[in-house]
Amino acid sequence: MSYDRLTHPLVRENGVLRRATWDEALDRAAEGFRRNVARHGPDCFAMLSCARSTNEMNYIGQKFTRVVIGTNNVDSCNRTCHAPSVAGLSAVFGSGGGTSSYQEVEDTDVIVMWGSAARNAHPIFFQHVLKGIKNGARMFAVDPRRTGTAQWADLWLGLNVGTDIPLAHAVAREIIHAGLHNRAFIERATTGFEEFKECVEPWTLTAAEQVTGVPAEAIRELAHAYARADRAQLCWTLGITEHHNATDNVRALINLALLTGHVGRYGSGLSPLRGQNNVQGGGDMGAIPNRLPGFQDILDPALRARFESAWGTSIQPRYGRNLTQMLEGMAEGEITACYLIGENPVQSEADSLACVKRLSMLDHLVVQDIFLTRTAQMADVVLPASAAWCEADGTFTNSERRVQRVRKALEPPGEARDDIEIMCELARRMGHDWHYDGAEEVWNELRALSPQHRGMTYQRLAELQGIQWPCPSEDALEPPYLHGRLWADDPAERGLPAPFAVLEHSPPVDLLDEEYPLRLTTGRRLDSYNTGVQSSGFASPLRRGETIELCPEDAERLGVRAGEEVRITSRRGSVTAPVFIDPALRPGLVFMTFHFPDEVDVNSLTIEATCPIAGTAEFKAAAVRVEKLVKAG
Amino acid sequence: MIPLQPPRRLIDVQIDGETVRVPEGATILDACRAAGKDVPTLCYGDTLTPKNACRVCVVEVEGARTLAPACSRKAEAGMKVGTGTERARHSRKVVLELLGSSVDLSTTPRAAEWTAEYGADPARFGADAATVAQPAKVDNDLYVRDYSKCILCYKCVDACGDQWQNTFAIAVAGRGFDATISTEFDAPLTDSACVYCGNCVEVCPTGALSFRTEFDMRAEGTWDESRQSETTTVCSYCGVGCNLTLHVQDNKIVKVTSPHDNPVTKGNLCVKGRFGYGYV
Repeated sequence: MSYDRLTHPLVRENGVLRRATWDEALDRAAEGFRRNVARHGPDCFAMLSCARSTNEMNYIGQKFTRVVIGTNNVDSCNRTCHAPSVAGLSAVFGSGGGTSSYQEVEDTDVIVMWGSAARNAHPIFFQHVLKGIKNGARMFAVDPRRTGTAQWADLWLGLNVGTDIPLAHAVAREIIHAGLHNRAFIERATTGFEEFKECVEPWTLTAAEQVTGVPAEAIRELAHAYARADRAQLCWTLGITEHHNATDNVRALINLALLTGHVGRYGSGLSPLRGQNNVQGGGDMGAIPNRLPGFQDILDPALRARFESAWGTSIQPRYGRNLTQMLEGMAEGEITACYLIGENPVQSEADSLACVKRLSMLDHLVVQDIFLTRTAQMADVVLPASAAWCEADGTFTNSERRVQRVRKALEPPGEARDDIEIMCELARRMGHDWHYDGAEEVWNELRALSPQHRGMTYQRLAELQGIQWPCPSEDALEPPYLHGRLWADDPAERGLPAPFAVLEHSPPVDLLDEEYPLRLTTGRRLDSYNTGVQSSGFASPLRRGETIELCPEDAERLGVRAGEEVRITSRRGSVTAPVFIDPALRPGLVFMTFHFPDEVDVNSLTIEATCPIAGTAEFKAAAVRVEKLVKAG
Repeated sequence: MIPLQPPRRLIDVQIDGETVRVPEGATILDACRAAGKDVPTLCYGDTLTPKNACRVCVVEVEGARTLAPACSRKAEAGMKVGTGTERARHSRKVVLELLGSSVDLSTTPRAAEWTAEYGADPARFGADAATVAQPAKVDNDLYVRDYSKCILCYKCVDACGDQWQNTFAIAVAGRGFDATISTEFDAPLTDSACVYCGNCVEVCPTGALSFRTEFDMRAEGTWDESRQSETTTVCSYCGVGCNLTLHVQDNKIVKVTSPHDNPVTKGNLCVKGRFGYGYV
């Protein structure tokens, strides 16, 4: 189905959403927030900010949460994708961004694509990978499926779903045993090597082969190529992060970079490829429960004091709830009011039926969006917004930390209004007279508070076609990669060492058994996007609707043919979908997407087991069975 | 180890008697543009390896026997180039006449201007001169292939092939005057390897490849570039951060191009960035 744009505000009356004036809708929204905060205190409020909106909107969103309401309960959908990358990278290096630029992928010697179908999910990033390959780089693809990315690899390591840590450990052990680790770098710039060495010791090539399914010789080849390379890039996406132990997965990959010194130099680095156009920026702007704008730790009293004096308010000296904890809080009646901007958790969360139940327990739900999504249909107040990327001015931050200008090209439809304008109207109704003369003024306020954005004036961003953070000065640019400090001779300049992580293998929570013998993994297709709300609006010749992809062997064993409708059942739900035969899958592995939730609600199958550190759910590893539908008569 | 490129030296070249300084490795065309000279080009693509197929950019290099295609010949220190000599102008005139007599250049930007400037008369080969006229191929909702406008510059083949997209959905079929750009077995795009990135449309110099919106609006007579604005912004889908230039007419996006000098996209997009704007 395709959605029509929202053109006027809606309010719920007698259980039904009806058209309202802006004044009525804004009054109703503000009154509900005030009522709940008066009754339960500020921590009953939760904001879901928007990873597809501008940095400026996200800045105002978290400011609204912290200043107008007085809580740190602000988060966004980065929780469902790359929060583990942010958590892992910031735990090791103190900064949650990918360390390298795209150009470095073209200028490197070895590219490891781990759990990333970039050829389909990030095609233009993959063009940089292809340039790298054409320039002579060797590419390794680590993925349970033989994806379009894997077809361009020198070597495909087809591992069993959820065995990334054993594989990474075996690679590390092989590097250490072959004496290929970078001793000088380890000694000077890292800590915990001895413990790490001990923890990978049991993972011989043979042991890893048995658990991961990857031939020992292939593991050895990856280990030697990565360690011997002069420069190497390690890139990953949701194949690493959508697991119950996702932050550990990320740490396992970072361990490899620390072991070989493949970080902090031109052409050597770690790149998580972000899935939403501004998910990096949303976090950078402080729309996360533990960081102030500029990725500054909310627990640091000196940092907090700067924001408190700039904003004229006090900030809670503790972390707020993340998206997962917000949903839990709804179930427990602790979160009673929610301001949700441009997110569609009803269709994007794992175990979607549970999510609907939780949202329906709220006293007050305000949704600001461009469509009446399934989530918006549950709201008490719906505020029609503009599409950030073409109906508003501002900036986005991409996967290589490049902040780029977004410009208004269209007028929003009907009465739809700019996000920042709407939020300022709400703030005004709640006693905060904010006025911003356009997005640039918001950006300049952020620049004054965030050292790593300070040098990025709108004019410079336009002239240079975007600037990568950090950019502390208006007259200079930093190198395109992060953490060059780790290579400094002077220990003071080198700063905190990067710690190795000691990690244990933890297989997927949803175990396979006789009743649920197949591993369902999820991902994206080239022409569609997430819950399909955006991408349903164009007539793609490639689109074939939702299917369940089976390998030829499994299809034969189940006695099903291409196009035949089958039932797919997990321990949580059951759906039907037609069969698509894909030889890129291995026996026991099936694949679906969540692009067509209105037809096939795949997230009613996925498991809500979440990473305790980052809160991301294990979308990549559900146990299912597939049954042939026997027609009656 | 793959070496990074060494810094390039600068060389001096004379263009129509004026000295310009360009980096070593620059083409004569780069030098001409640095000198502010307007040399016509068709098959040249700023993001592609020169194919020097069309010969409309030829210039006269002092001491050389033949005219040189400016787009592909490297500039050399001390080289003396004439951009508008009689010989170069005559050659361009004939090229424009040959193209204009066989190919529909009605949507080629500046073709009419150059035809007038060089005094080209495509009609002089007579009314029965062979043409590449054929019906436009409309086999999907995203873009149209109108090969009666195709000058066989190969830019689309290079963009789809090993230079950018690496999908190899199209190539050249046939020989001589029967050569055409084609999918395998001349199948509809929907049966080909095409992934609808539209990077071929991006580089097409004549409008042989065009957005379905543009094709339909031209047919209706509503396409009006004078009423269109171009705004560069960032794609609304994944986090790669591709830059899009939105062409807007009457508050509607009518096509999407991509800035060629952008470090993220280098002029390329995927199907979502190029065509996935229907929801706004």
